[in-house]
Amino acid sequence: MTKLFEAPLYPYKRTADQDADIPARHPVVVIGAGPVGLAMAIDLAQADVPVVVLDDNDKVSVGSRAICFSKRSLEILDRLGCGDEMVHKGVVWNVGKVFFGDRQVYDFNLLPEEGHKRPAFINLQQYYCELYLVERIRALQAEGKPVEIRGGNTVTNVTQMSDGALLRVDTIDGDYDLEADWLIACDGAGSPTRRMLNLDFVGRVFEDNFLIADVIMKADFPTERWFWFDPPFNKDQSALLHKQPDGVWRIDLQLGWDIDKEEEKKPENVIPRLKQMLGDEVEFDLEWVSIYTFQCRRMEKFRHGRVIFAGDSAHQVSPFGARGANSGFQDVDNLGWKLKLVLEGKAPDTLLDSYAFERELGADENILQSSRSTDFITPKSEISRIFRDAVLDLSEHHAFARPLVNSGRLSVPCIYDGSPLNSPESEELPERTRPGSPAPDAPLKRSWLLDQLTGDFVLLGIGCAIPNKTERLGVSIKGLSVGVVEIGPEMRERYLGDASQAVYLIRPDQHVAARWTSLDWNKIEQALATALGSGDRTK
Amino acid sequence: MTNDISAPNIEQPDAFYADLLAAHEGLSKAESDAFNARLILLMANQLGDRQILADLLVAARPA
Repeated sequence: MTKLFEAPLYPYKRTADQDADIPARHPVVVIGAGPVGLAMAIDLAQADVPVVVLDDNDKVSVGSRAICFSKRSLEILDRLGCGDEMVHKGVVWNVGKVFFGDRQVYDFNLLPEEGHKRPAFINLQQYYCELYLVERIRALQAEGKPVEIRGGNTVTNVTQMSDGALLRVDTIDGDYDLEADWLIACDGAGSPTRRMLNLDFVGRVFEDNFLIADVIMKADFPTERWFWFDPPFNKDQSALLHKQPDGVWRIDLQLGWDIDKEEEKKPENVIPRLKQMLGDEVEFDLEWVSIYTFQCRRMEKFRHGRVIFAGDSAHQVSPFGARGANSGFQDVDNLGWKLKLVLEGKAPDTLLDSYAFERELGADENILQSSRSTDFITPKSEISRIFRDAVLDLSEHHAFARPLVNSGRLSVPCIYDGSPLNSPESEELPERTRPGSPAPDAPLKRSWLLDQLTGDFVLLGIGCAIPNKTERLGVSIKGLSVGVVEIGPEMRERYLGDASQAVYLIRPDQHVAARWTSLDWNKIEQALATALGSGDRTK
Repeated sequence: MTNDISAPNIEQPDAFYADLLAAHEGLSKAESDAFNARLILLMANQLGDRQILADLLVAARPA
């Protein structure tokens, strides 16, 4: 079987930059062609911002790695033009089982909220996600969009300049220099960029090792998520079984911190454990096995002048809750439009400080959630174990205890409460769509709301007519009017509450900037200025 | 809030206290600890209210 991750996808090719007398300068250079770096490049290229992606490798990542993509990520990927590919290939599951010790304590059926285009999440190997992103970049290139991926380009030095960054890049043909107005470091948890610039990666909250394995089942096996607390085959630790496409099941075995990685990885040690886990009669092939080490921490500041960090390079959390790649996509979503407006001179450079503010908030939330999950899964004291075990014991017969069982709280998008880009509000509208929150999807007559919120600022009029297109403060605003007869129950509940009409100013990343119950262009202009980071700072 | 927590509210206090001790009879220390943990969680669910539970956590602190 030829594996997807063995074929070079963006092999090294010599470029004119390598023969330039003075370093070529690009508006944006992205380091790292993982899911976050590729998504960043797509977001910029779609908006006609020229971007070059540098990666030391030329292939998608090996093994399944990030496997759980949340609804918000799928919505972002829809905006980036590859949501359909992800969802068609991905696996949707709703049934989960929870085991404690040697017994099953309960099972559950997730009943996701209705009225959303995308499911709550899908399971998909990271390499498929990367493949679809690369294919999307190829399609953008075919349309003449300014985007390049340079495989086999290793950044060996980064120098910060007042108006950009200077890079030294190593290739098989020798090295060359390159300048960027803005450098986006998407080079992962071990970020060489962070190290080259001597920047911190503080707040090590906890650390752990996971043995992760992809197995191919030879017979049918249910499409369910199984989670074990303290199973006999992995005493005092946890285990997770998850379905992926192509008949591949993903297994995560928590190993603790002080282990012999090489010993644990040997098939003769892995296979007997998996047999205990799956049952002796289940036949499987071990496709891939790896040990994943994480530390839970984040950079103190995500922006350092003209160098901006996104994804795991800026923050790392435990795998419980799938907050790695999913939060990386939210970083990209937040950064793309801001960078474009700053490059075009339509917003002040300080708009990018709001990226740091908002996404640092997101990282803190992820670290908090992830710490709580870890405290439940791996109790840190005798009494915390007593309570944890009590919750699990009770969960077998008492439904009330089940919400206390924490095997990871699935990534939901951060609400940017307190962001300097939010406008204050004075009117009664649903809390869920307050300024700073991601606009929730809702069905329209012939489409979905979020499919209409693409790229520009959008002025959404619900029961209130808005001009199709306007320009204010040099920024174009798309108008979207939802007529009274088109307002369905979901839109009413999520956007109107008791109000009969509402106007929402929605940012290009689909987060609410401001909202009112009537159309007032003065207020809209003021809110737009605030959302561009150029509003009145004294208030 | 403190008044609400301190005011007597248990029906037949002596009988409840005897039941509580009787429930622990014959249990090892580990079993008693586990029993108490389950009991706290069951009681917390009966109360439910976030503020009352927070007040109780304060009221139960060592003096």
